[in-house]
Amino acid sequence: MAEPTSASPVVDVRTPGPQAPSPSLAPRDPRWRRLTRSYGSRLALVALLALAAAVGILVYANPAAPGSRGFWVIVESRAVSVGTILVVAFCQGVATVIFHTVTGNRILTPSILGFDALYRVIQTSLVFFLGAGSLAAVDGLGKVAVQSLLMIVFASVLYGWLFTGTRADLHLLLLVGVVLGMGFGSLSTFMQRLLTPSEFDILSARLFGSISTSHVTYLPWGALVCVVVGAVVWRRRHVLDVVALGRETATSLGVRHQREVMVTLVLVAVLISVSTSMVGPMTFFGFVVAMLTYQLVGSSDHARTLPMVVAVAAATLLGAYFVLRHVFYAAGLISVIIELCGGLVFLVYLLRKGLR
Amino acid sequence: MITLQHVVKTYGDVHALGPVDLEIPAGGVTALVGPNGAGKSTMLTIVGRLLGADTGKVTVGGLDVITSRPRDLARRLAILRQENHFVARLTVRQLVRLGRFPHSQGRSTPQDEEAVDTALGFLDLLELQGRYLDELSGGQRQRAYVAMVLAQETEYVLLDEPLNNLDMQHAVSMMARLRRAADELGKTVVLVVHDINFAAAYADRIVAMTHGTVRYVGTPAEIMTTEILSDVFSTPVAVVDGPGHPLAVYYRP
Repeated sequence: MAEPTSASPVVDVRTPGPQAPSPSLAPRDPRWRRLTRSYGSRLALVALLALAAAVGILVYANPAAPGSRGFWVIVESRAVSVGTILVVAFCQGVATVIFHTVTGNRILTPSILGFDALYRVIQTSLVFFLGAGSLAAVDGLGKVAVQSLLMIVFASVLYGWLFTGTRADLHLLLLVGVVLGMGFGSLSTFMQRLLTPSEFDILSARLFGSISTSHVTYLPWGALVCVVVGAVVWRRRHVLDVVALGRETATSLGVRHQREVMVTLVLVAVLISVSTSMVGPMTFFGFVVAMLTYQLVGSSDHARTLPMVVAVAAATLLGAYFVLRHVFYAAGLISVIIELCGGLVFLVYLLRKGLR
Repeated sequence: MITLQHVVKTYGDVHALGPVDLEIPAGGVTALVGPNGAGKSTMLTIVGRLLGADTGKVTVGGLDVITSRPRDLARRLAILRQENHFVARLTVRQLVRLGRFPHSQGRSTPQDEEAVDTALGFLDLLELQGRYLDELSGGQRQRAYVAMVLAQETEYVLLDEPLNNLDMQHAVSMMARLRRAADELGKTVVLVVHDINFAAAYADRIVAMTHGTVRYVGTPAEIMTTEILSDVFSTPVAVVDGPGHPLAVYYRP
């Protein structure tokens, strides 16, 4: 039986996704198009961009002579920033993509639903109720584990309840998320007012991180969490493909949908708490890089979107840091500018596509 | 064989289904018919373990749908709902390949690819396999979902209104394919249909429901009578001899 539409060409006629500007090759150049057609070459290009930005951050405008001891000291101190950026990019990118998958829409991000506000309120209440001493006394793995555990428990109870209910309506979720985020924010602010100045000082060191001031001690832990969570997510990539089809189809395919959603939300909570503890909240960054990734990859195959989102997030954040720090000398503004651009993209997307 | 024992489902105060005791033998095509709100879809989704019953027990091919391992069930029983909206962007082939998940767990073997090819060929989708789902018409998309369900290679296939949104031509070809799936692939197909004449033309058994209970079970010849249809649909229905099967006529009482 002939389909009326089967006469049209079967070849993929979609327009290629937005391409990174290149000074040497114009977008219409056939060589350029061939280069950017396959997934592998796109991923390689984005990764190259990230690498270039990383090298730029490390060696550009290094006051010491190349090869001298001073040169390497400066490179080393800048390497901490690069490492921090990589960890944050990984956390935000992966968390947003898997969050989109399990929630079944691409507008929500963990941060819009108050995941990082939750992190702040947990940190604040730790200091508030137990005192700064308890927080400073136990250091290292124990503290990280306890904090992460608290975050995981709260996030799973709260968001698990929200997302696994049968009436998981998107408008309701957005509203609840925004209200929760504001509520957590106000609660943290209130508790912070009641702290002694020294306690507040210890707390703010934890809460208001930025890439330039991030502590070297957190980096190995963050990287370790990324490796572990990354391995877990990568092993589950096929399950995530099935979960993306929705509860009913996933159930029909033998996946315990509710359990998978809960596990994924816990992973998201872990990733966001790592990212927030290192550089503070980032509301729209994950959204922007996830959108770019979907454009670049085309399909929703997690074996493709996950590596791509890490590359895109790294390239975006490293590039922004390089430009702001070395070209405009405004490293402190990086998250402000990313949030401004990201928020604008988010608004435009919402207005164009509507709440879908 | 699909068995339902004393299955009851209520939504809040609304009594949706039951108590239902029903046995659907293996093999052939079984059509669930009835007016809106009769509990057809509710019953189908309970059998397909997408919805938990309040009381009662459902087994499919000897497996209890609640207590059996999901993976075992997914190799025995597949269900397709009428609404299939998701944000994931997939090609037809990627979607159908996901139907192999209960067997492959995502690591597709040559055997899985062969099953995907067979399912695509069965639904006449080989030419469209590289297209993204959002580039297809409603009818083509519906066929892609059915191909995914067939690629799952389950003995039991449950379909909730597979003819929804299909025009005359595509509805006929969909029913013919499901008939072939039962005859050639030996599947047990259970589906909800709105058009009683489609049920009469293609089904081996018709299960007629009203108000959450099963009222009549029988062959199309047994069910297609003026008395039974008028009773089930609360509308005067005349049954006339059609070409090959009896025809219900109800458009103008």
